[in-house]
Amino acid sequence: MNSPPLRIGEKLIWGMLGLAGFIGLWTVLSACGIVPRQFLPSPLDVLSRIVQLTTSPFAGATLPQHLASSLQRYAYGVLLAAGIGVPLGLLMGWFRLLDDIVTPLFDGLRFIAPIAWVPFAALWFGTGIGGPVLIIFAGAFPPCLINAYRGARFVEPRLIEAASMLGTGDLRMILEILLPAATPSIVAGLRVAAGLGWQSLVGAELIVAAAGVGFMMVQAQANVATPTVMAGMAAIGIVGMLIDILLRQGEAWMRRRRGLEA
Amino acid sequence: MIGRRGWVSLASVAAMLLLWFVVTTATGLVSPGRFPSPADFWQSLSQIATRGYAGGALANHAFHSLRLVVLGFLVAIATGVPLGLWMGWSRRAEAAINPIFLIIRPIPPLAWIPLAILWLGLGDAAKIMVIWFAAFVPSVINSFAGVRSIDRPIIEAARMLGTPRWRLISEVIAPAASPMIFTGLRLSLQAAWTTLVAAELVGALVGIGFVLNMAQQDIYPGMILVGMVTVGVLGWATTMLLGRVERRALAWNVAGRD
Repeated sequence: MNSPPLRIGEKLIWGMLGLAGFIGLWTVLSACGIVPRQFLPSPLDVLSRIVQLTTSPFAGATLPQHLASSLQRYAYGVLLAAGIGVPLGLLMGWFRLLDDIVTPLFDGLRFIAPIAWVPFAALWFGTGIGGPVLIIFAGAFPPCLINAYRGARFVEPRLIEAASMLGTGDLRMILEILLPAATPSIVAGLRVAAGLGWQSLVGAELIVAAAGVGFMMVQAQANVATPTVMAGMAAIGIVGMLIDILLRQGEAWMRRRRGLEA
Repeated sequence: MIGRRGWVSLASVAAMLLLWFVVTTATGLVSPGRFPSPADFWQSLSQIATRGYAGGALANHAFHSLRLVVLGFLVAIATGVPLGLWMGWSRRAEAAINPIFLIIRPIPPLAWIPLAILWLGLGDAAKIMVIWFAAFVPSVINSFAGVRSIDRPIIEAARMLGTPRWRLISEVIAPAASPMIFTGLRLSLQAAWTTLVAAELVGALVGIGFVLNMAQQDIYPGMILVGMVTVGVLGWATTMLLGRVERRALAWNVAGRD
């Protein structure tokens, strides 16, 4: 809006300065002891802790093992949300009556934060795999449903008219007209769902789990092992980012294949 | 008048309530230890509303949580919006601060809870820190995007008229960016509630999340449901309130009204 964009070299220099300032401030704060080192380990401490955690276990497992059990729950929860949310959304987009029935119930439930399901999750499933899966599901379900519904609802009416003139039945209409037309919206919804599911996973594991990165962090917090807490945060951030990059690639690939602009 | 759609919706909600009654009370299909009956729910609600539960009445817990969300939100606006405006204004600030954001942004606010508790303990400060975090990033990003979306001639016109810098910021740039800023706030309000409830579940001494936590430990399904409904009502009420503030603040922005 204002000044012209910086040249790439200048941008790089400012970026380096910013990062150096951030990491430098962090290092200085932890090194000079204004904040006790026990509570603010230096960036190097955190890095070495991450390396250490890949082989030596904390809270019953190494970091890769915790990540593996987190990812397994995450996959179940998100797949369940997509497996129920997308078909239901498409059906609601086609059958007006179903839409009128489900929408008020859904709107009522939507304002309850996914994390508020934690006590029931614990009551119903204990600390096994079911509890976190339920919470991930609660986080990932709304965008799956809403985007499939919107995608199906805003299909070009002429497509539907042409198909119904040719005598297309409900099932074929949903599978062969609505589903392909709604795919871009569904994929965008899945990406949002993946992000929200990842957030919910972290919350769930902080409270109802006996393994996983969130569990590791809570245990570390109880033991005042700050480097381990920060190592967990880094692992969550990196894996979350990788999931997002992967889905972005998938979305771009899908759009290219359909001849849409990426 | 209620149309056909309205009647179907009403019937749907009524059928759901009836189903709830049937499976928990009339047939006992779902045991009261798993999910409360309507009577359990009502009894828990009247208990917490009058005699109190987990160290206080429902109004105390709800007010405490609400206050934390509002405080964290205000702190996030007060810090995030100026930073976002500055980044939008200065390409240098953008270049220097963006990489830091790229590192911090992928970490979900919920993942800050253990660190916040380590640093600040179980009191209000740790909750404000995580709520601040949940709301800070969207306020920065949206204020930044808001400034970048302002039409150049508006700024040039203001400059040509010799507007001093602080008036340019407070009377031109901030208002022009505000529709985007409000979009960011709406996104972060839900995140703020989620984060607060999670933080209170992990460790607190008062608040709605603490009620949920106690009810979970007491295996008290009726109170769990009361806590969940309260979370939903508070989330809904604050969203409505923010919508009203937005309409009031952006009354000039006809395009923003739907």
